[in-house]
Amino acid sequence: MLDMFTIAELTKLFNALPGAVAQGLIWGIMAIGVYITYRVLDIADLTVDGSLGTGGAVCIMLMLTGHNIWVSMLGALLAGMLAGMVTGILHTFMGIPAILSGILTQLGLYSVNLKVMGKANQAINVDKFNLLVSLRFIRGVPVYKNTILLVAVIVVLLIALLYWFFGTELGCSLRATGCNDRMARAQGINTGFNRVLGLMLSNSLVAFSGALLSQYQGFADVNMGRGAIVIGLAAVIIGEAIFGRIFHNFALRLLSVAMGSIVYYLVYQIVIWRGIDTDLLKILSAVVVAVFLAIPYWKSKYFTKPAKKGGSQ
Amino acid sequence: MLEIKGISKTFNVGTVNEKQALDRLSLTLNDGDFCTVIGGNGAGKSTMLNAIAGVWPVDEGQIVIDGQDVTKLPEHKRAKFMGRVFQDPMNGTAASMGIEENLALALRRGGRRTLRPGIRNQERKLYRDLLSRLGLGLETRLTSKVGLLSGGQRQALTLLMATLERPKLLLLDEHTAALDPKTARKVLDLTQEFVEEQNLTALMVTHNMKDAIAMGNRLIMMHEGRIIYDVSGETKKNLTVEDLLKKFGEASGEEFANDRMMLAN
Repeated sequence: MLDMFTIAELTKLFNALPGAVAQGLIWGIMAIGVYITYRVLDIADLTVDGSLGTGGAVCIMLMLTGHNIWVSMLGALLAGMLAGMVTGILHTFMGIPAILSGILTQLGLYSVNLKVMGKANQAINVDKFNLLVSLRFIRGVPVYKNTILLVAVIVVLLIALLYWFFGTELGCSLRATGCNDRMARAQGINTGFNRVLGLMLSNSLVAFSGALLSQYQGFADVNMGRGAIVIGLAAVIIGEAIFGRIFHNFALRLLSVAMGSIVYYLVYQIVIWRGIDTDLLKILSAVVVAVFLAIPYWKSKYFTKPAKKGGSQ
Repeated sequence: MLEIKGISKTFNVGTVNEKQALDRLSLTLNDGDFCTVIGGNGAGKSTMLNAIAGVWPVDEGQIVIDGQDVTKLPEHKRAKFMGRVFQDPMNGTAASMGIEENLALALRRGGRRTLRPGIRNQERKLYRDLLSRLGLGLETRLTSKVGLLSGGQRQALTLLMATLERPKLLLLDEHTAALDPKTARKVLDLTQEFVEEQNLTALMVTHNMKDAIAMGNRLIMMHEGRIIYDVSGETKKNLTVEDLLKKFGEASGEEFANDRMMLAN
């Protein structure tokens, strides 16, 4: 039975949903970056927890110092690229395990982000600056200014660009590196270089996403990237769980990651709406991602028939 | 074509597992030599192939391919000289990529990888023709993921990839050991065919002495990181398995007590 109270509550939820979609799309760009390292390169790259904030910090600071929005976004992208390069060099040239390399860069980036911003948080006024996206541009703005539409277009363009890239000679060699690096080297592929390149590409997307996110929420914060890797993984996993059986093409797989991110934020919004303590959201995300990561392992361990032993050995 | 001059390699130096895998090993292969390599477990056969491929640097010595000193070149740079097939069929191909994509990667071995398309339409005809020669029906499955293929199919594909861009040297590391006898036969026949057709210089490690005698024009036997027997031409053709066992006893002073090798006959 719907009384006035539940109707008011439901209206509140529906009013919040477009915002969740916008946020989901913006985080979707980050999740695509995570997909590149986690699925294509087979590296769990924790740099993203830092590089997301770096993207936001660099973008906001460049705008506050009077730079054009596009220059600021490009600056954020390049900063992310640099962060990825550091992780890549730690991993390949210095031989540090990928996870640890990412953690080291992430830790270092915390200081970098503080220094870039000069303090822990920098706000930007949507009325005084020409922002590309904002939570104020969800409703009651001309179509071309609508954040959801704009970010959706950006996501599609990025997917098209990545689809093209991973079809080139270089892109194919990157995929081979992630799939079987021994084979890749035997085919003359410089796997170390490719890993660095992949990490740079991934983190440039993550920082770009951070730049959009800080504009959207109106501030950059030194903690904004905390747990980003988990959200990215959640998006990848949700996307694969929902669309994995029908989407086989690489571009569609990237699209499913972005959709996974949207689903994540819709669920997030519902959880908030249901009045669950938001302090618990991070542990909830962690548990959900942990269970989903465990499923393929459990499947192979408990639900498969023993493989036929082949060969003469 | 290939000159190995006194290479040594010791693994796990300074630990209880220290093992000298290669001991001042020297070998010269002439252009067109198809050399089979036999020896017991731990004789250094695979280690020698890995040293040539540059999987890790050698402790001493020199490796020269086609007049060029490659001793200091990293693995991916040496790849332009050689095609490789590994023992484990999973190792030679990228499982999550299509058959044609794997072939396209191999076609570009030794070249610079640019932003041009990773595979062109005109290549597909070449791939179809070559795949149909394998007789495994792969020519109609160009876009199938390699992970869906059987071990034998993957190994045949790896062999095709290794010889797609004519290699100066073909390294076969027990490439049929993990296959069932019938598939192994098929892959060996293909090996023979490809090597003869392109007149390749090849090194083939095998546990099967009959194959080692029947295939190629030269045979070397390894023991404790060295070559203890090197035979070619008519003498090699007339060898028997008994001869090889006797030779092993003479050269090494030990019984050739390797179950796997005895059983493989």
